[in-house]
Amino acid sequence: MTVLRVENLSYRYPGADAPALDSVSLEVEPGEFVVCTGLSASGKSTLLRAACGLVPHFHGGGVSGRVTVGGLDTREHQPGDLAAVAGTLLQDPETQVVMGTVGAELAFPLENQGLGPSAVARGVEEVALALGIGELLERPVSELSGGELQRVALGAALVTRPPLVLLDEPASQLDPVAADELIWLLRRLNEEWGTAVLLVEHRLERCLAHADRVIVLDSGRLAFDGEPRAMLEWAAQHEPPLQTPAARLFERAGLVPAPTGVREARATLRDHGLLDALPPAPPAGDPGPGRRRLSLRRAPRPEAAVSAGGAWLSRPGAGDVLRAVDFGVAPGETVALMGRNGAGKSTLLRLLAGLDRPDRGQVQASGPVYLLLQNPGDYLLAERVGDEAGEESLALAGLADAAERHPRDLSGGQRQRLALALMMEGEPPAALLLDEPTRGMDRAARGELVSRLRALAASGVGIVVATHDAELAAVAADRVVLLSGGRPVADAPPSEVLSGGWHFSTETARILGGAGGACTPEQGGDLLRGAMSVEVAP
Amino acid sequence: MRPPVALGPLGGARAALAASWGLLLVAFALVWSSPIVLVAVGLAVAASAALCGVGGDLARAARFSVPLVVTMALINALVVRDGETVIWRFGELPVAGQVDLTAEALAYGLVLGLRIVVIVSAFALLVAVVDADEVLRKMRRPAFRSALTATLATRMAGVLTRDARRMNDARRARPAADGPGRMALVQAVATGALDRAVDVAATLELRGYATRGPVVAGREPWSRDDQAVAASALMLAALMAWGVVSEVASLQPYPTFSMDAGVVEAAFAAALFVVAVLPLALVVREGRRR
Repeated sequence: MTVLRVENLSYRYPGADAPALDSVSLEVEPGEFVVCTGLSASGKSTLLRAACGLVPHFHGGGVSGRVTVGGLDTREHQPGDLAAVAGTLLQDPETQVVMGTVGAELAFPLENQGLGPSAVARGVEEVALALGIGELLERPVSELSGGELQRVALGAALVTRPPLVLLDEPASQLDPVAADELIWLLRRLNEEWGTAVLLVEHRLERCLAHADRVIVLDSGRLAFDGEPRAMLEWAAQHEPPLQTPAARLFERAGLVPAPTGVREARATLRDHGLLDALPPAPPAGDPGPGRRRLSLRRAPRPEAAVSAGGAWLSRPGAGDVLRAVDFGVAPGETVALMGRNGAGKSTLLRLLAGLDRPDRGQVQASGPVYLLLQNPGDYLLAERVGDEAGEESLALAGLADAAERHPRDLSGGQRQRLALALMMEGEPPAALLLDEPTRGMDRAARGELVSRLRALAASGVGIVVATHDAELAAVAADRVVLLSGGRPVADAPPSEVLSGGWHFSTETARILGGAGGACTPEQGGDLLRGAMSVEVAP
Repeated sequence: MRPPVALGPLGGARAALAASWGLLLVAFALVWSSPIVLVAVGLAVAASAALCGVGGDLARAARFSVPLVVTMALINALVVRDGETVIWRFGELPVAGQVDLTAEALAYGLVLGLRIVVIVSAFALLVAVVDADEVLRKMRRPAFRSALTATLATRMAGVLTRDARRMNDARRARPAADGPGRMALVQAVATGALDRAVDVAATLELRGYATRGPVVAGREPWSRDDQAVAASALMLAALMAWGVVSEVASLQPYPTFSMDAGVVEAAFAAALFVVAVLPLALVVREGRRR
C-alpha cells in the first residue's frame, strides 16, 4: 500500500494572500527514500505538516484535495491517529520535546501505543543507542543543547518504528559527524525495515547520494519529481541555487554527469585520471605561502576585539564545558568556531558576550560585544516590525515593506536579518558573535549573510561565527578554530582546517582530496580544468 | 520513569498523591476566607516547600503574587460599597458615582489578596515538586480534550520559563540603548503563550497522545513517601469534611466585618498545619537518620 498519497492538494494559511501549496500531487511508496527541497518559503514544511495531519487540524486555513497516510485520510483522522503510521520531526526542536527527561521523552510514544514497561524500556534503549544519546537518558531536557534536543526529538519520532518518517531538516543543528551518522541511520532504517522516508532538506549534499527520489517545490507547486541525478540536471537549468557544491564543481570543470555525492564524484575523477593529476594537498600544519601559522596556546592579544584567557566554565551535570580556553578575535577579523555538538562553541560565545562568567580565567573586550543567538525570534518582542527597528535599519535589512507586519509572520531569513539589524542600532560593536546563523537557510540567503558579515568586518567589527556549516566557514572566515572537549584543538586558516578531513571539511575539499585547500566549487572547477589541460598536453 | 532527583517526600511520592495533597490545600484556601485558616494553609505550604528543598521557588512565586494583594485590596475597597464603617469619602466621581472607602471592603480585599498568595504558592509548590511527566501519563485515561487542556497547563509553565530565559538572554546580548525592558519581555512571553501552547499540543498529538490506547502501568510498591503523603491527604480530607459540617471559622465581611476566632478556630488551623506537614517531616527525619 502507498504510505503517502497527496492528490491535488492546495492549502492557504489563515489570512495569507497566496497559497502555501498549490495543486500538489505525489506518492511515496514503502521503502522509498524521498528528499524534498526548494528555496525558502517554497512550501516544503507545509507539505510535511499536511502529511502528518497538522494541516489543516492545527493550522486551520483553506484546504482542497486529499492526503492519505497509510490509508488514513488526514481530513478524517487527527494527527494522533496518524502517529501510528508516521513519525514526525518538525523544524524547531525546542517545541518538539514535551517530557521532563530524555528517557521519558523517548518512552512517551511507546507508552501511548499501550506497550508494557519491558517493551518500552527496550525500545528506548535501542533508539538511544542508534542515535548515540544513551548517556543523556537521565538528563532533564531543559539542560540539553540545541543539537542534543534535536537528536532526542528525532529519537521520539523514530522510537515506534513507523512505516513512514517525516523529517523537517533533522540535521540542521547537528555537527557534521552526527549529521552523516543520522543520514546513514535513516538509510539503514529504510533498507532493513522498509521504512519510507520523506526528508525536507536545504543542504542536498548531505543526503542526495542516499535518496531514491527528489521532489522540488517552487512557490507551493511541484516543480520537479524524479531521480537525484536528473534533479541536478534540472537544477542546473532552472534553479541553480539548488545545485550541490559537487554539481557546481563538475559544471565549472565541464564534466558530466553531475555527481550525487563525494564517492561518485571521486569515481568519475578517478576514471578520467584527474585525481592523480591534481596537485598534492598541503601537508597538515603548512599554512601555505604568505600565511602566518597561528599558535593554539597563545596569550590573548591586547588588540583583540574580544578575547578569553585561560577560561574555565563548568555546568551542573555536564562537568567542565570549557577548559583553559585562550581565544581572541581581532578587529575586522572573521573567525569560524567549529566542533561537535557539546564541544563548547555556544558556551564560549556566551562567555565572550558576557552572558556567563568564567569560573576561572578572564574575558576582555575593547567595546560592546553583541551576540545573535540561534533563534532570532527571541530578539523580537514588539507587536510590529516597525517598532523593533528604525526605518534606516529596516531599509538596510531589506525589510522596509514589512514595517506593519508582526515579527512572528516573517520568514526565518527575514527574522534573522531583522535581528541582525537590531544589533547595529546601538553603539557600534567591537565584536559581533553569531551562533549557527545559517540554520535552515538556502544558498541565496547564506550568500546575503556572507555579504553582510564581510561588510561588517570591513568596518572593523571582529566577527565570531559558531557553525557546523563548512561551506560558510570556507567562504566567510579568515580563521577556523576547532573545539573539542571544551578546548581549541586546531586554529588555522580555513584552507588548512577544512581540507583533507572526513567531516570538518567542505564537499569540494573531500572530492579533491584536499588539493587546493578548502576551495569553493568554482575554484575547484578551475583546478580541475587546469589538471585536464595538463592531462591532454603532449 | 521518575525524575532522577526526587524533591523531598512530595517529589518522591506518586504524582497523583502529591497533586491530590496540594489540591486539598488549595481547596482549604477556596472554601475558607478566614485569615486564620489561610495563614495556616500558607504556613503548611511554606514548611512543606522547605522540607522538599524548593523554598526558593516558592519565595519567587510569592514575591510575584504580593502585588496582587495590594491590587485586590484597592479594587475591592473602591468597588464594593457594602461596608458600614466609612473611613474616607471620595465624594461624587465621574463614571463611578458616589465612592466611599469602608474598612470592611478594605479588610476583605486584603483577605482576598492573602487567598491569592496562598493559592499561587500552593500551585508553585506543585509545579516544583510533582513529576509533570507522570501527571501527563495519568491524564491519558480521562476524556482526551480535557486531558490535553490539563496537560498543557502542567507543561506550559516549563515551556514559558525556558522561553523567558532565552528571550532574556537575547535581551542582554543586544545593544542596551533603546532595548526592550523586562516588561516588554514579560508581555512577549505572555502574548506568545497561545502559540506555544499550540506547538506543545501539536507535538503531543504527533507523539500519539490522542490515540487513547490502553494504559499499561507498572505496579510499583508503595514507598514511605507515598504512605506519608497519602496519610496526610486522607487526614486533610477528613479535617476539611469536619470543618465544613461544623461550619468552623466562618467569616462575614459585610455589613460589618466579623469572623470566628476562638479556641476551636485556632485548634482547627493548628490541626491543618500539623496533618499537612508532620507526616512529611517524619519521613524526612527518618531519611536523614538512615
